[in-house]
Amino acid sequence: MGMTMIENLLARKAGVRKVSPGDTVTVDVDMCVMIDLQFATMWLPPSRINDPGKVAVVMDHAVPAPTLKDAAGGPRARKFVADFGIERFFDVGRHGICHQVIAENGLARPGEVLACTDSHTCAGGAYNTAARGLGPAEVYSILCTGSTWFQVAPTVRYELDGVLPEGISGKDVFLYIADAYGDATNLNLEFGGPGLGSIRLNDRRTIATQAAEISADFATFGVDDLLREFLTERGVEDYQPADADPDADYLAVRHLDLSTLEPYVARPGTVSRNGVPVSRIEPRKIDQAFIGSCANGQLEDLRIAARILRGKTVAAGVRLLVTPASQQVYRDAMRLGYLQDIADAGGVITNSTCGACFGYHMGVVGPGEVCLTSSTRNFTGRMGSTEAEIYMASPATVAASAVAGVITDPRGVTA
Amino acid sequence: MTTDITGRVWVFGDSLNTDAMYPAFAMKMDVSEAARHVFHEVRPGWTDEVGGGDIVIAGRNFGVGSSRPVATLFRRLGVAALVAEEFNSLFLRNAINAGLPALTAPGVTKLFTDGDRGSFDIATGAYRNDTTGATGHAPPLPPLVLEILASGGVLARLAEQGYLPIELLDVLRSGAELGLPRMRP
Repeated sequence: MGMTMIENLLARKAGVRKVSPGDTVTVDVDMCVMIDLQFATMWLPPSRINDPGKVAVVMDHAVPAPTLKDAAGGPRARKFVADFGIERFFDVGRHGICHQVIAENGLARPGEVLACTDSHTCAGGAYNTAARGLGPAEVYSILCTGSTWFQVAPTVRYELDGVLPEGISGKDVFLYIADAYGDATNLNLEFGGPGLGSIRLNDRRTIATQAAEISADFATFGVDDLLREFLTERGVEDYQPADADPDADYLAVRHLDLSTLEPYVARPGTVSRNGVPVSRIEPRKIDQAFIGSCANGQLEDLRIAARILRGKTVAAGVRLLVTPASQQVYRDAMRLGYLQDIADAGGVITNSTCGACFGYHMGVVGPGEVCLTSSTRNFTGRMGSTEAEIYMASPATVAASAVAGVITDPRGVTA
Repeated sequence: MTTDITGRVWVFGDSLNTDAMYPAFAMKMDVSEAARHVFHEVRPGWTDEVGGGDIVIAGRNFGVGSSRPVATLFRRLGVAALVAEEFNSLFLRNAINAGLPALTAPGVTKLFTDGDRGSFDIATGAYRNDTTGATGHAPPLPPLVLEILASGGVLARLAEQGYLPIELLDVLRSGAELGLPRMRP
């Protein structure tokens, strides 16, 4: 039997002809991305590092610093990049959520390995990269030694058929998959098939990002014309894509007819087997609506939100918070008028940060409140109080619901 | 390093996520204070009861969620090992890299109840409930993982390899909190 996409990638990087589920491989890491939290907690300056050209430092989770602890991390990060001559430093002002910064700057390259101190690093799988989140100690080790190990997991392939309808986003695709198939613990996910071309790059990244929520290892998309164009625009060239063999050995192949999908919402607690089409959910009143995060603070997400909000008003009693995924997204959305439309409707636009998504700053929810979020996690307590309820849906659904004041099918609003 | 770990066990359920163990508000605290909030919602008060050498047993999909270093909190509480029916792989790696043994043992939650004494050999995978006499077998940890654990975690190994000052080796192995170097103005 042949190898799956991620197996081909890992085998090549490990310098072996074949890998199979259960094998442990050691690979060189092509890009090691460190985040601000790493410098605020347990930071020790290393004696030496592997290669400053393979390191990026991104200030994202706690910027501008909401605590003294975080404020103390900033100078350590700045000293570290200066001491070791690290040029890829995304300090406050040219910062963004690391997975957005990785995408904008072409740091995730097809066929390569990327490590980063954030669990949503699987986002890079949208670009055919073996990317996954690792803990701060392991990323520190990769910084020093340049390599790490992976145990190869079995792969599930999603074979995409049909065309994704207008108004249905990558978030809806993901929430459907999570509801229909549940957790993918210790499994790799692979996405391909004739329907792939109808899923835009931003939507692919939403899907790859959220593979973390169903506990998957790697989530990898193939290279097609859309991705090649995206990479060319960002100066990424001379890459070697990883593809699946025609006779690849999958744990399962699941066919997904994109044309049948509709907007989805996940109920509080988990996305796994906990979703429902928005058209079938009760009209749940919301207190906070959030559009942002590595999954859904992209320029296209803000465009969709602005289009729905233009000329409308956020319902009384609802807070709409919008966090662009990077300073670049913020600037583009401002130039294109999206931020004006959102603010005119009564939305609050924050600086780019992971803030509200992980309940750290910039929009923590209180006891008894209901939040509808387009971010990454709906765990109990994730965005603040453990007595708050977090529903999850697409930016379109969140924007439409902010106007209605209750969880609402965006198709009725945009039609 | 002893590979046979014996201690009092605590048994938890399925899909315990990282927010349940290391909530965002605790990330603003130092490690000792943050450790007092492990399972703050799932089992309030547990951190006052858990003792040095205890073993945490959990169900499926243990540790789904964030990359935040939860294992350092368990080490601070004195927990000697994590055992689960199934681990999220990022959480498993974090445990190993923190020098905390983590053994995947399908079926284990059916053989233990809170307060039992358990023995787990991470090199052979054999385990036993010393209170009831029940026994089981898990896939042993691979040699590469046992090597990291023998070093006391990945940071201690970096000190052995010269990437971090060798004087820090003992403190890195122990999992104790490091005094952060002060920045000079």
